[in-house]
Amino acid sequence: MKILVAIKQVPDTATAVKVGSDSKQIDTTGITWIVSPYDEFAVEEALRIKEKRGQGEVVAVTVGPDRAKEALRSTLAMGCDRAIHVNDAALTGADTLTTARALAAVVKQEAPQLVLTGRQAIDDDMGAVGAQLAEVLGWPCASWIMEETVDADAKTVRVGRQVEGGLEIFELPLPAVLSAQKGLNEPRYPTLKGIMGAKKKEIKDLKAADLGLGALTPELSITTLEALPARPPGRIIQGETKDAVKELVRALREDAKAI
Amino acid sequence: MNLHLTDEQQMIQAMAREFAGQHIKPIAAEIDRDARFPHETVKRMGELGLLGIAVPEQWGGSGADTVCYVLALEEIARACASHAVVMSVNNSLYCEPVLKYGTDAQRRRFLTPVASGHALGCFALTEPEAGSDARNQHTLARRDGDDWVLTGRKLFISTGREASFALVFAQTDQAKAHRGITAFVVEKGTRGFSVSRTEDKLGIRASDTAELVFEECRVPDAHRLGPEGMGFKIALSTLDGGRVGIAAQAVGIAAGAYERAVAYARERKAFGVPIGEHQMVQWMLADMTTAIDGARLLTLRAATLKDAGRPFTREAAMAKLFAAEMAMKVTTDAVQVHGGYGFIKDYEVERYFRDAKITAIYEGTSQIQKLVIAREVLGA
Repeated sequence: MKILVAIKQVPDTATAVKVGSDSKQIDTTGITWIVSPYDEFAVEEALRIKEKRGQGEVVAVTVGPDRAKEALRSTLAMGCDRAIHVNDAALTGADTLTTARALAAVVKQEAPQLVLTGRQAIDDDMGAVGAQLAEVLGWPCASWIMEETVDADAKTVRVGRQVEGGLEIFELPLPAVLSAQKGLNEPRYPTLKGIMGAKKKEIKDLKAADLGLGALTPELSITTLEALPARPPGRIIQGETKDAVKELVRALREDAKAI
Repeated sequence: MNLHLTDEQQMIQAMAREFAGQHIKPIAAEIDRDARFPHETVKRMGELGLLGIAVPEQWGGSGADTVCYVLALEEIARACASHAVVMSVNNSLYCEPVLKYGTDAQRRRFLTPVASGHALGCFALTEPEAGSDARNQHTLARRDGDDWVLTGRKLFISTGREASFALVFAQTDQAKAHRGITAFVVEKGTRGFSVSRTEDKLGIRASDTAELVFEECRVPDAHRLGPEGMGFKIALSTLDGGRVGIAAQAVGIAAGAYERAVAYARERKAFGVPIGEHQMVQWMLADMTTAIDGARLLTLRAATLKDAGRPFTREAAMAKLFAAEMAMKVTTDAVQVHGGYGFIKDYEVERYFRDAKITAIYEGTSQIQKLVIAREVLGA
């Protein structure tokens, strides 16, 4: 069974994000880049499906600039068999639909039976690419999955989605697109052997033209990025507990109008 | 000179950092308090390939190099010095000599399970009367047909209780003094080989430091590592590599204590401002980070020379000497930055302070490192 995992390289979760000088992009100076954590769940699940079935191929794919190759290499170190890097200046600033279209073109070339991705990338939190990819392909899609079981013949997949108070169980015909929620699994660390072996694995570079993508006009473009206003400092209510509690209740009721 | 790490080196460093932060750091205080060997995390370190880093894949290792080893070891030590010593002993003091001096049959049997982390190895050189004076070996190995019969005691052996394989040095020809020392691999469970006690220690408390006793312990000649009389040479060359690891451990211990001191300097207020705004504290932090980087660079230089197959005895001794003394100073200052809170266990810097001391003692004290360096300088 061939599985394609779509990943995105994002700034490390600990990054203090600053708005860039053009107010349209973030300032990337000094940022440490990682594979978006939800995409790591997708990679892990794909590897587990392959290991459980005892055969198959897991292909990682990303749309991104040169530096995104590091993210692909991380997935190869985790155990993906090979990777595809869609790297084209025409895709800089691509919106989610353009990215989904580029990924759909890769899916058509590769013809996997299953596509896995994270429920959202942790940088822009759009959470749209998975569903849009399925729509462009005309494939069924289940988002935010917590568990999955591919049947023995790789014809269908049963997935569980977390909803308020329980799980929703779906059965989808394959091929399909699934997006991973936290809790699906615990991603493995790359082993040293995996890291040392990653260099020997193939990363195929593709341009928009290789995918037959025509004019790439984004449907959505960023007008401006604004930093959040600085949070006002907290207030510590001093004094005897009895009086402090009274003041706290008053402040919550009258100043904050929270109660 | 190239100070840039390769992609692989950076990935290995990042993996070790993440693993140590997620799985080792949370248990470090508890295993120190209870002097408990952390089987669960050591097993995972084996699975990740951290216990046989520079051993070729053919023999169960990860096929990486010494630079990868010191980068990973620093990250582990930053979270817990006890885990770091288990890693260091297994990689440097056991796997390396068995790889370097073993026959293929010996590598298959004694190296593969240890490099892959399925079993642990230890290095048994020190004796009650052979510490810095390591030549003064009293453990005897008497030839008997195709076997050797070992009698003697080994002291302060790191991982001595937990190891399944011990690299044991013994006198096979007393007339030849240190040129009559030979190395043997002895398996746990061999009749006549026992662990008599485990030490209660100041630092690295979760690592087992044991006394090994050999009473008419019979091992086949196939367990002899290298030629007869080569043992002392094997021990010295092994310790050269080991010292690079201990230097990395010392850097990690210092870095862990330093990070805590920086965090504390940001949050603790005195005289109305965070203490990090006081120049006295700033000076201490600046000195600490400068010294740590100095030791780290010396360590990486020694590792780079070793990987290039060039002589590194002097550089390894310099790295260990400087890093160990630096770790003592930095951890002392990290406690000082914390004031009274540094003296109690809640902030954990006191553990780093206790753990640092051993790096100036084992695998050659700081005094022995100076001796090694001076001999290299004078060509004596």
